[in-house]
Amino acid sequence: MHRKRQAIRDHSAEANLFARRATIAFIIVTAMLGIVLNNLYSLQVTQHDDYQTRSNGNRIKVLPVAPNRGLIYDRNGVLLAENRPVFSLEVIPEKVNDIDETLARITTLMDITDDEIKRFQKNLKGTRRFKPIVLRTELSEEEVAIFSASKHKFKGVQIEARLARHYPYAETLTHVLGYVARINKRDLQKIVEAGQEDNYAATYDIGKLGIEKYHEELLHGEVGYQQVEVNNQGRIIRVLNVEPPTPGKDIVLNIDLSLQQEAQRILEGTRGAVVISEVKTGGVLALYSNPGYDPNLFVHGISSKNYSALLNSPNRPLINRATQGQYSPASTIKPHLALLGLEDGAVTEDYTIKDNGRYRLPNVDHVWRDWKRWGHGEVDIAKAIEVSCDTYYYDLAYNLGIDKISEAMRNFGFGDYTGIDLYEESDANMPSRGWKRARFNQPWYIGDTIPVGIGQSFWTATPIQLTHSINTLVNRGERYIPQIIRGYRNLDGTDDLIPLKTSRPIQINDEKNLDIVLNAMHDVVHGEEGTARFAFADTPYESAGKTGTAQLFTVGQDEKYNADEVDERLRDNALYVGFAPFDNPEISITVVLENAGGGSSNAAPVARKLMDFYFRDRRFETASIDSELDE
Amino acid sequence: MKRTAITPDKISFLQRIHVDGWLLLGLLVLSGVGLVTLYSASGQDMAQMERQFTRLGLSFVVMAILAQLPPGFYRRLSPFAFAVGLLMLVAVLLFGDMGKGAQRWLDFGFIRFQPSELMKLAVPMMVAWYISKHTLPPRTHHIALGFTMVVVPTVLIAKQPDLGTSLLIASSGVFAIFLAGMSWRLISLVGALIGAFAPIMWFFLMKDYQKQRVLTFLNPESDPLGSGYHIIQSQIAIGSGGVEGKGWLQGTQSQLEFLPERHTDFIFSVFSEEFGLTGVMVLLAIYLYIILRGLIISSRAQDAFSKLLGGSITLTFFVYVFVNMGMVSGLLPVVGVPLPLVSYGGTSMVTLMAGFGILMSIATQKRLISR
Repeated sequence: MHRKRQAIRDHSAEANLFARRATIAFIIVTAMLGIVLNNLYSLQVTQHDDYQTRSNGNRIKVLPVAPNRGLIYDRNGVLLAENRPVFSLEVIPEKVNDIDETLARITTLMDITDDEIKRFQKNLKGTRRFKPIVLRTELSEEEVAIFSASKHKFKGVQIEARLARHYPYAETLTHVLGYVARINKRDLQKIVEAGQEDNYAATYDIGKLGIEKYHEELLHGEVGYQQVEVNNQGRIIRVLNVEPPTPGKDIVLNIDLSLQQEAQRILEGTRGAVVISEVKTGGVLALYSNPGYDPNLFVHGISSKNYSALLNSPNRPLINRATQGQYSPASTIKPHLALLGLEDGAVTEDYTIKDNGRYRLPNVDHVWRDWKRWGHGEVDIAKAIEVSCDTYYYDLAYNLGIDKISEAMRNFGFGDYTGIDLYEESDANMPSRGWKRARFNQPWYIGDTIPVGIGQSFWTATPIQLTHSINTLVNRGERYIPQIIRGYRNLDGTDDLIPLKTSRPIQINDEKNLDIVLNAMHDVVHGEEGTARFAFADTPYESAGKTGTAQLFTVGQDEKYNADEVDERLRDNALYVGFAPFDNPEISITVVLENAGGGSSNAAPVARKLMDFYFRDRRFETASIDSELDE
Repeated sequence: MKRTAITPDKISFLQRIHVDGWLLLGLLVLSGVGLVTLYSASGQDMAQMERQFTRLGLSFVVMAILAQLPPGFYRRLSPFAFAVGLLMLVAVLLFGDMGKGAQRWLDFGFIRFQPSELMKLAVPMMVAWYISKHTLPPRTHHIALGFTMVVVPTVLIAKQPDLGTSLLIASSGVFAIFLAGMSWRLISLVGALIGAFAPIMWFFLMKDYQKQRVLTFLNPESDPLGSGYHIIQSQIAIGSGGVEGKGWLQGTQSQLEFLPERHTDFIFSVFSEEFGLTGVMVLLAIYLYIILRGLIISSRAQDAFSKLLGGSITLTFFVYVFVNMGMVSGLLPVVGVPLPLVSYGGTSMVTLMAGFGILMSIATQKRLISR
């Protein structure tokens, strides 16, 4: 059948039919390839510029380059905060297939602690996509070499060299410098709110505390950019163009490292704070709060164990006592009240009271006692400062009334931030009628006014506030805001000083009133009955000051305070404020020691040692040769 | 080999070894261009180059061997090849090996075999055999049966799922029927039926990832980092090539690895990026030349079976080119079809060259068949 059919086939007609169809097919083929060509023409010619741009966009990335953080020097040019190269092992989670497996393999190369893994897992959750997460930092050179040799086996794991902050003097300056640490989510939010997102695009660390935080803007600098060609993994193939970043400003502090170190030595083992300032400028020469801690722990991320140890320590090292510690100023504010009394006319230079150790108000049962059980006898205003007579000030406070005291002391800066360049500052409390109403919903009683006269009751102050107020007295009403920063350091080693900051001065009506007060403070140190005369016996320089002893423990009306019987934490705080030299004051000192006991026997000696150190250093010019040799 | 000596002086050396010189020239030039492109696309990977070179050599050997067998042999083989292929396709669906999420392989223990590759030749052979048994143009019921021979393996392969291959097989069968002279009226009718069938395919037959491909094709920018990434990067590569291209080994899209699958399905993008529209036109000319030569050979064939098979093989080759170029340049959805003789990869290259072997057999052995 098959052959039969074949026989009747018209082969030439079939061949023609096929040839026609093949021709049509070829025309269709050509037409369709024409469509392809047309499409390619559209891509390669018509839209070429657009695709060229997108191709460059793929391959060319503009990467931000972090500026180097500005260095921090003390007033003598000693480097207090430096940038050191460190190597970190970083992981880009999006590029790793199996993180647990990769971590396990890395552990075979080097010791990764559980803490580091824990921290890594924590960071894994809250980081921007394709941002590397640090697994281990401060790699040793050996670890760098070991990892580099088997780098190809770890996709998405890299060693990153960068500059990290280092604080060579560690605890000595923690409460001044603070520290920088990795930018976290909260920081990032603030950066975005401040419109600084671009500027921080490549930045790793940000100031978290202290000067590092307060002067972040100065220290950070401006971001730079580099144009690079990258592959699809984002790896840089080559650098095409660089616009270098502007490094942060190098800053110089008013801090004198040697003085700061001396303060640390002297405060060893105590809880307390020292502030030494340049009277004429408000510049802070030393600001030390004990105990401190090592800020370098925070730079690379503190372990939770170390952190909770700091957090839970009964000595509370994280608090900057010099600016955050709120203490009853006690007798240290008597000079201020005395000035107020004289200026107001409530008392005169000649006005005296008879002190028998007890002060009573008419129709009030309560008895306010002088620190001296049997009283000081006949006391005028100068003697009241020299011997720190409480009774005189109970009377003065009663005469002035809370409103005047509160307003005048606010003018001295009590109850308000001094404006020192640290965010870690407390405004403490200057009590007033309004404050008590708001705080306790109670009226102000006359009985509340009396202890205000000796800086107790609701009145609290920070050591930096005390420094500020003493400087104000010494400067005869001029008020220089305490500043840690002194200026900028230029590349040639010279410094540009920052203008002094001032706040509204206190008007002195009669300069004589001020002299009475300052002379009385001189007598505290040099007078026959001065409360600091033993502490400052035989100093080569003349100084002035005021002791203070703040009660934390309310003694019953007829009981005698016995330090040994009182719990350590409830023992008196010892305070001292002072300045020197008396004739031409250069420095002021505030010392606060928690639970140390009386101010004259505990705080005043500390102030003396520091003054001795300060003036010894300056007087013997030959000493500077030694220190040069040391360097 | 038995030869009658009617026109001995006209039989050249090439004809004696059953090689069509013009076709061979086109294939060799194309392979050369392919190797040059692959060197760039593979990132100068010499190991890949060696493997591809070996494969090409093997494919040319296969072509040469198949060219020695007369068209009559293929005609007689057709029904058996088709039957065996169909059985194996069913076997694949029942016991096949999984590879890359699709069930395409049949494991015989000593060799793994992809029956769909066999069907690329068996289907046009079967259709050509069946249609050519009757006079041309074919009658409607012959056409209907012919279509059935196409549809059954196509659906079986589409179910694996392998959309690209099923498309190639469907077209190879349809081309044979078209070339046989199916009436234009019927063609329009079938076209309309296919149009009506499309929604059914979408809702009942296509798998989610296949639908996703189509959706991505319609709007690649909708998912630039996901499924649209391939096509966007490919278009960037082609478009940024411009008229003159970025130069050999200089394509940033390919050398910096932004282009995925750049040495296999997307090798045309690499070519376009580096050689520009100028290179593209040369490449298209080479393909067109091969297609033209294939159609000429088919037209000159002595019997209907050879004509239909030769034409179908040639036009299927065109489908490879069209679908591949269309998909990398965004004209067509992404289906896995390589650029013939340029893309890196083995199985389909051997099949393609086997087809050209049959074509050469048709070209050189026609005179040995008596009228």
